[in-house]
Amino acid sequence: MRPSIVLLIAVGVLFAAGTTLLLERTLTRVLLGVMLLGNGANLLVLASAEPGAPPIVGTADTAEMTDPLPQAMILTAIVITLGMTAFLLAVAYRSWRLSGHDEVQDDAEDRRVRELAERDEGSDAEELDADELDNETLEETRR
Amino acid sequence: MTWLVPLPVMMPLLGAAATLLMFRRPRVQRVISVSVLTATLAVSALLLVLSADGPLVVAVGGWPVPLGIVLVADQLATLMLVVSAAVTLCVLLYSIGQGDADGDEEHPLSVFHPTYLIMTAGVTNAFLSGDLFNLYVGFEILLAASYVLITLGGTETRIRAGTTYVVVSLLSSVIFLSGIGLVYASTGTLNMAQLVERLDALPDGTRMVLQGMLLLAFGIKAAIFPLSAWLPDSYPTAPAPVTAVFAGLLTKVGVYAIIRTETLLFPGGRVGDLLMVAALSTMLVGILGAVAQSDIKRLLSFTLVSHIGFLLFGVGLASRAGIAAAVFYTLHHIVVQTTLFLVTGLIERRGGSTALDRLGGLARTAPVLAVLFFLPALNLAGIPPFSGFLGKLGLIQAGVADGSVLSWLLVAGSAITSLLTLYALARVWNLAFWRSPADTPSAAPLKSPKLMISPTAALVIAGTALTLAAGPLYSLSESVAGDLLARTPYVEAVLP
Repeated sequence: MRPSIVLLIAVGVLFAAGTTLLLERTLTRVLLGVMLLGNGANLLVLASAEPGAPPIVGTADTAEMTDPLPQAMILTAIVITLGMTAFLLAVAYRSWRLSGHDEVQDDAEDRRVRELAERDEGSDAEELDADELDNETLEETRR
Repeated sequence: MTWLVPLPVMMPLLGAAATLLMFRRPRVQRVISVSVLTATLAVSALLLVLSADGPLVVAVGGWPVPLGIVLVADQLATLMLVVSAAVTLCVLLYSIGQGDADGDEEHPLSVFHPTYLIMTAGVTNAFLSGDLFNLYVGFEILLAASYVLITLGGTETRIRAGTTYVVVSLLSSVIFLSGIGLVYASTGTLNMAQLVERLDALPDGTRMVLQGMLLLAFGIKAAIFPLSAWLPDSYPTAPAPVTAVFAGLLTKVGVYAIIRTETLLFPGGRVGDLLMVAALSTMLVGILGAVAQSDIKRLLSFTLVSHIGFLLFGVGLASRAGIAAAVFYTLHHIVVQTTLFLVTGLIERRGGSTALDRLGGLARTAPVLAVLFFLPALNLAGIPPFSGFLGKLGLIQAGVADGSVLSWLLVAGSAITSLLTLYALARVWNLAFWRSPADTPSAAPLKSPKLMISPTAALVIAGTALTLAAGPLYSLSESVAGDLLARTPYVEAVLP
């Protein structure tokens, strides 16, 4: 089987762009990323069949027809992606209604780790200050 | 009797439609859901008995086998069906009890019952499907329903936690779909039985890529380290029954897919070692996370991740003993982990919180709750004679029999993980149950109705009874493992 190179390049571009968008922080861009990735995957499934005539009975010789199964699978996948997109949009809208933005927040664990780190830095700084103070008093006493 | 096979998928779907139509009548909704799930449980049990003579195969819609959708009810699938149907039924009763107690009579969430039934249909479809694309559809059904359940009510914390969950799951779905595209491109089929022959004929490198893609997709769903970070972040914020059923079932569907593909499609590859390393890191990273937690729900989410490592250990061994132990451990873990999350829901009602520094003295003030927590906790940690101990013993024996350096490392890792699980749960016990009640701020307890306590108690008893039924159940797991490794019973049943 020889897959079409144009189709594969399109898959690559869609995957690359989708991945970039998926790494963004706002949910709307993540949503666009998911849509691009989903379409990339659909094209990849399409590329898995040999190119040929449309698989409609009576329009062409059966030997020249392309495999209809990947197209059936893509139809299912498109419907699923549509549903998920609608749901993510609803989530983004709800997030905007609740907090005025649709940025994905850090989770509780991340926040706790950051707080601990900040407290640590604070205590380090204090220790440093105390050390400097000690040194200063030491120098003063030496004098 | 093959007409029974599609019923566990069809009945919940039809039930979902019926409950959706009855959205104004919560009482009718409850009757429909409970009777549908009871019927599903009965059919699953019947299928388990019938599948002892060999897998039951149904070509849906009458399409000839490699073309159309095939449902295959072999012993592994039916065993998982029975356990999942029992667990979903108990959790449904629990959530009905919770709804009643909270006075949701006037403002019920009318989407809960339809969504819950659709999720059940997705789970059963994933277990029964005989081709990769239908497995994908099963995953999507259960995931779509789980997106709704995890953001139920749409509060700010749930939306935040749900976002992570949805995006991660969508990514794994894209990887799965791309994997399916590549499998079809290289073999021209997605029927698992036909794939068995055609994948063997492929070059090693191509097989490895396909295996890697599928493993990655299932690994995210099963929460295997390093693909597990989403789970402790998103599960704890959902309502207690939702978290319980997610923890018990959804990750196990991923594990089931891994068992199925690793044994049937890609046996004896070089990925076994990778699975073992992933198992070891999942166990240790998960349990170290659990030890550091101060909230029971988060703690249990981390133990959930860590115990996925045990299941993977058995799959990675790829020996009959290893897979038998993994199957037995999966059944045990579904029941016990669900029970613990349900009990945590009860604790939250009694003590007003699941944070360990706010709970105390529950052993004196709520002795029933203490018993309900104590038994599954010991079971999870693997104290003899509970089923957790038997499963771990089976895995360790299989690891010792394997004898490689990696499997010895995993044997040591499992022992450490069990000890740390015991430590983490003992901490919960000491702080929440044994501490003097006077040390903690008292919150006005919410009433826990009998309909919440009795399903939990039923699951506690079921988890404990796994010990009594361990003999027959273990020999069943061994015959499942034998069939999986032989591969021919499955292939011959689907392609006669």
